[in-house]
Amino acid sequence: MSDPSAKLIKGNTGEWEVVIGLEVHAQVLSQAKLFSGASTAFGAAPNSQVSLVDAAFPGMLPVINAFCIEQAVRTGLGLKAKINRRSVFDRKNYFYPDLPAGYQISQYKHPIVGEGKVTVDLPDGTTRRVGIERLHLEQDAGKSLHDQHPKQSYVDLNRAGVALMEIVSRPDLRSAEEAAAYLRKLRAILRYLGTCDGNMEEGSMRADVNVSVRRPGAPLNTRCEIKNVNSMRFVQQAVEYESRRQIQVLEDGGTIRQETRLFDSSKGETRSMRSKEEAHDYRYFPDPDLLPLEFDQAFVDRIAATLPELPDEKKARFVSQYGLGAYEAGVLVAEREPAEYYESVAKGRDPKLAANWVSVELFGQLNKAGKDLAQSPVSAAGLGELLDLIKDGTLSQRLAKDVFALMFETGKGAAAVVAEKGLKQVSDTGAIEAAIDKVIADNAAKVAEYRGGKPTLFGWFMGQVMKATGGKANPGMVNPLLKKKLDG
Amino acid sequence: MTAANLLTLAQAAKALRARSLSARELTRACLDAIAKAGALNAFVTVTPERALADAERADARLAKGEARALEGIPLAIKDLFCTQGVKSTAASRILGEFVPPYESTVTEKLWAAGATLLGKANLDEFAMGSSNETSAFGPVVNPWRRQGDNRKLVPGGSSGGSAAAVAAGLCLGATGTDTGGSIRQPASLTGTVGIKPTYGRCSRYGIVAFASSLDQAGVFARDVADAAILLRETAGHDARDSTSAKLPVPDFAAAVEAGVKGLRIGIPKEYRVEGMPAEIEALWRQGMAWLKDAGAQAVDVSLPHTAMALPTYYIIAPAEASSNLARYDGVRYGLRVADDDLVTQYEKTRAAGFGKEVRRRVLIGTYVLSAGYYDAYYLKAQKVRALIARDFVDAFKACDLILAPTAPNAAFAMGEKADDPIGMYLNDVFTVPANLAGLPGLSVPAGLSAEALPLGLQLLGRPFDEATLFAAGREIERRAGLFPVSDRWWEAAP
Repeated sequence: MSDPSAKLIKGNTGEWEVVIGLEVHAQVLSQAKLFSGASTAFGAAPNSQVSLVDAAFPGMLPVINAFCIEQAVRTGLGLKAKINRRSVFDRKNYFYPDLPAGYQISQYKHPIVGEGKVTVDLPDGTTRRVGIERLHLEQDAGKSLHDQHPKQSYVDLNRAGVALMEIVSRPDLRSAEEAAAYLRKLRAILRYLGTCDGNMEEGSMRADVNVSVRRPGAPLNTRCEIKNVNSMRFVQQAVEYESRRQIQVLEDGGTIRQETRLFDSSKGETRSMRSKEEAHDYRYFPDPDLLPLEFDQAFVDRIAATLPELPDEKKARFVSQYGLGAYEAGVLVAEREPAEYYESVAKGRDPKLAANWVSVELFGQLNKAGKDLAQSPVSAAGLGELLDLIKDGTLSQRLAKDVFALMFETGKGAAAVVAEKGLKQVSDTGAIEAAIDKVIADNAAKVAEYRGGKPTLFGWFMGQVMKATGGKANPGMVNPLLKKKLDG
Repeated sequence: MTAANLLTLAQAAKALRARSLSARELTRACLDAIAKAGALNAFVTVTPERALADAERADARLAKGEARALEGIPLAIKDLFCTQGVKSTAASRILGEFVPPYESTVTEKLWAAGATLLGKANLDEFAMGSSNETSAFGPVVNPWRRQGDNRKLVPGGSSGGSAAAVAAGLCLGATGTDTGGSIRQPASLTGTVGIKPTYGRCSRYGIVAFASSLDQAGVFARDVADAAILLRETAGHDARDSTSAKLPVPDFAAAVEAGVKGLRIGIPKEYRVEGMPAEIEALWRQGMAWLKDAGAQAVDVSLPHTAMALPTYYIIAPAEASSNLARYDGVRYGLRVADDDLVTQYEKTRAAGFGKEVRRRVLIGTYVLSAGYYDAYYLKAQKVRALIARDFVDAFKACDLILAPTAPNAAFAMGEKADDPIGMYLNDVFTVPANLAGLPGLSVPAGLSAEALPLGLQLLGRPFDEATLFAAGREIERRAGLFPVSDRWWEAAP
């Protein structure tokens, strides 16, 4: 656990502690909706993926999509949470045009998943354990479009009925960075599990952020809920803005009203949406169209048996199996694909060297090019081939970087680039000696200086020789030969 | 010879197979009877073209010897069942022009068995009522009249159109739904047989929902054997209804003549309610005597929470209804009274679309689910409901069936209780417990009141034991006889 005192915010009247809890809505990865067979594919023409159940036609009844249940259980297991073998679907009643039935089917008192935990990796290398209060399944609503007509709103029901997991954290987070790191970690876990694509731009993952501030050690203060924040950066901005706002209100002698606020990403500020008094009375009650959801332990066990290795376990294994540092391992396991990429590069090779190449060179190039791993021009096998050329002395580290840059640029293999560009390392003693002789002859003054008691100039001579050979000279050979000639 | 439309379903099926009657003739006879029964207002929609087309197809199959169980049998369908391409209104203005692009499971099964659709039967709006006076399309009139009294009587509700149509010989059978007695009470008031099977026996898919945990489809017929045939053809598991039971459907028709020898018939002492007319008490005793005569024995049983059933029902049913009816918002289908302001549009649409009784129940339901009232009303009602269900479990340890009156009175005059919602609700006092407990209930005509109006007796059974209900109902029917309407006064009405 990191020391929370390090996260305190200085106000005009002293220090404040921010307390944050997140309710994350994660769209279940599933072909069909939670209670109907309609497709969940993103980006289809409006109202083209709507069943009679989704549109709440008279007499239509919901039928649970078993795969969504499986996905929720899988997620619960990934969050090391208690799986409730009996859960209940409730109706949350309110009127809105994008809510066709006039109620949302959700889980209120008896969620499918109970308490769990997520270990969050913080940038300073420490970790924080964040409690998960619950995970429940619910339907998404449709989408209201208010900008299509001067007087009317349009409704697109494609999203209506799509399965969501609402994952509620305990108020265990203490800074904007921690909140963003938690969301990042949760997203990674869901993506590892294959239960949510984590695509925040498409709305597959969005967060309601609960923020309050207090004097260190004081009891919890009134919180505000910031609705529907849809990126890591926005979560961080929203928390930063909201905590400063609350501190200012309190320091000016005011009180915080419990309210729902929205985050305006263009202005980077939160604004009041509705107060507690204006809040809906949702009139929750168990949905009589659905029997309580019950399954046996064997169902849970079957799912548990198919669970992939998750980021935390993978990180621990990378540290113990490959001798990597915790930070580097953390970077590599943040997503499933890079971790797999790394492991295939490291197989049968120097794992630390492989880690360095993947996390520094490859990620650096990808970052610069604005590409993700799936679009990488250099495959894991290609990078492995490059590392093999370093190992057998064909390439120096420095040359290898040049070769890698060309591989990245052209998509060609390491050997092909080396052959084409003549970048092969020079290991011919005669050629190296000739270059050394020329450098010594051309720099008599420096040689005198060196011999006169300035051995630090050796590095300068090394550089000159490498330069003279176009970087191709094998540094392992240059070093002793140069030393012999200079000292000779 | 009996007019074709007055035959029992079994007789008609036999005649159709013998080719002594064609499906077309039978359907025509029913359509003619319907045409002459405008005064009863039993139908919201009549579908003569569809009916004759169905009949023609039936005749073709009959000719080839490929008749199915209900081949060529003309039926009335309560207008709460969605029928593809045929207006399905729930007797509400809000669905007044609604034509569903889908078919309810129950009706789909009937058509698959060869039945013919005559039309959609009138009902209380959204099945909320016990007299059929809340229909947006006007009240249904009971074919029965008091002796020497021409005042119009109610047929009971909510399935009043179905009951009246069967009693008046406008069809050979009909579907109904029963949320608190909506099949059994009108059956009792019209001298017809009505069964509400066990909750989960028939699919609710495609039936406009009133109170989902109580709603159950069932049938009306002119005798017990017909009811058994119809229920057999409508029951069965449906993957589209999560509350539908995964159980095989016995051949109810074969169970009708099984007798009641050795069966223990429970007489619940709590059903002797204060103010119950003597003639109903006498009929109840008579029913028990008949069953004893058939070889059953009487046992006294206790259902201690009976008095709480009605208040419990009038919390749970409106609560579910308030939520079920939220979808009628004028946004996607049905009536819309347009306004530039969303909330105003909701208010105008629902005020214009729903009748008084529906609005009353939506308000009650919204109230009992509200924060601060939920525990005191809805949650408590659910607890009492569990106690009521347990009463029956205990009672059925001592008996195999329960015998009780169906309703506390015979048919009453129109308007008599229209401004007395509590008095109206009391009509369901004997029927509501079976819905709360999910049990099957059969109402069978057993006698006439002093005013010569039909009275029914009700049999309640263990879950999914409809077969025994039919067998016992048949023994009562064998001794009580049938109660056809003798005066077809409405055919002379202007």
